[in-house]
Amino acid sequence: MLKYNYTKEIVLLLIEILPDKCDFCGCCVGVCPEDAIELKEAEIKIIEELCTNCSKCVWSCPIEVLKFNRNGIEAAEL
Amino acid sequence: MKNEYDVIVVGAGPAGSMAAKFASENGVSVLMLEKDRDVGYPVRCGEAVSLAGIEEFVKPDPKWISAEITKFSFISPDKTEVIIPFEGKGVILERKIFDYELANLASQKGTEILTRAYVNGLLIENNSVCGVKYDFRGKQFQIKSKIVIGADGVESRVGRWGGLKTHSDFRDMESGIQITASNINVDQNTCYFYWGSEYAPQGYLWIFPKGNGLANIGLAITGDIGKKKSALSFLNDFMKNYFPNASVLSSVAGGIPFTPTLEKIVNPGIMLVGDAARQINPLSGGGIVSGMIGGSIAGKVAAHAIKNDDLHKIYDYEILWRERLGKRHEMFNRIKNGIYKFSDEKYDQIAHSLVELPDEKRTLGNVAKKAVINNPSLLIDVAKVFFK
Repeated sequence: MLKYNYTKEIVLLLIEILPDKCDFCGCCVGVCPEDAIELKEAEIKIIEELCTNCSKCVWSCPIEVLKFNRNGIEAAEL
Repeated sequence: MKNEYDVIVVGAGPAGSMAAKFASENGVSVLMLEKDRDVGYPVRCGEAVSLAGIEEFVKPDPKWISAEITKFSFISPDKTEVIIPFEGKGVILERKIFDYELANLASQKGTEILTRAYVNGLLIENNSVCGVKYDFRGKQFQIKSKIVIGADGVESRVGRWGGLKTHSDFRDMESGIQITASNINVDQNTCYFYWGSEYAPQGYLWIFPKGNGLANIGLAITGDIGKKKSALSFLNDFMKNYFPNASVLSSVAGGIPFTPTLEKIVNPGIMLVGDAARQINPLSGGGIVSGMIGGSIAGKVAAHAIKNDDLHKIYDYEILWRERLGKRHEMFNRIKNGIYKFSDEKYDQIAHSLVELPDEKRTLGNVAKKAVINNPSLLIDVAKVFFK
């Protein structure tokens, strides 16, 4: 049922960000093909409408701040 | 602050400051915006540079040099150490102070600087970039300019908004982590590089001394490796095994794009410099001097285009950059693609044959030659670099 959102039709966001662990280094932003991550000085968030759950940010994060959560991220957690 | 500037530079790292300085020096008005509270902080860098590279732009000052480097040490997977005297002089910078100094140089030439200004969009008219939107202390502003120079680092979004493809493939992006630690008992004039799958597969681990027993210890791996084990986890393992008594004074993460420069670094009204343009030496991952060179060319070209009232002239920057360093970086990238994929056995083999050489024959050129014997297709590229 859940798959990579190449068609941009699936709405569920599966990438989880743990802001408390984040160093705000921008590595994830640098590999995101969709420009779906917003980074300020010490604020980071995934732009849900743009994210395709491709997971490249998860693989690139040097300090394990991003996680792939197969159950989806509840709106309340964002 | 004015309502409009000739040039707006986004990001106050070495590349941004040099772009700002050279544009100001050549007679146009410049505003430089920095998203962080402080110029030069946080430091996302191993801080090693060649002194000759820096001297082109700024007089060396002991206040931003924390160690002088005269030797390289390469450590292979089976712990064979190959020591190579460094031709020329290297230094380990204190980036916090160095970046401050460069921004100050720009300011002395007339650049206005605003920190805590987060650029979150571009102004675009007739398909040409003509200013930026930014957030400053929670309030939204916009300001016009003839040219925007994006120096916003590895995470550059300014480029994307301006129609330039700035994201890197995750297999080329090295995920880096570094700590500054105390009680590191290494030679204070040697840069150490560890190779192999234990330390940092498809990358390397470094120890750069910073004086008084302090050192930067870091490593970088590609996203391909990060899928299975993170950079953080590699570094924790290394510290546990090699420096269990170290105290960590500072810790940073960061992405290092090990790629040649982007194909396009100019679009109407916008230019990219430094990490944003991927102006990094893809063999070493060094980006300070290349970013400063890129910034200086961009700043000069932007000023000339404005003064000649011909904004199309900013495309000269792409050509000038390619001639100065871009082509070289493409060659370094081919060498990297060969070397970084060697097996542990191959690194060991190369190290063993180098250790047998007499001191005077142990040069960087010979290291390259030995590497080449194991991968003959690299021969032409390496020859161009070292035996010209």
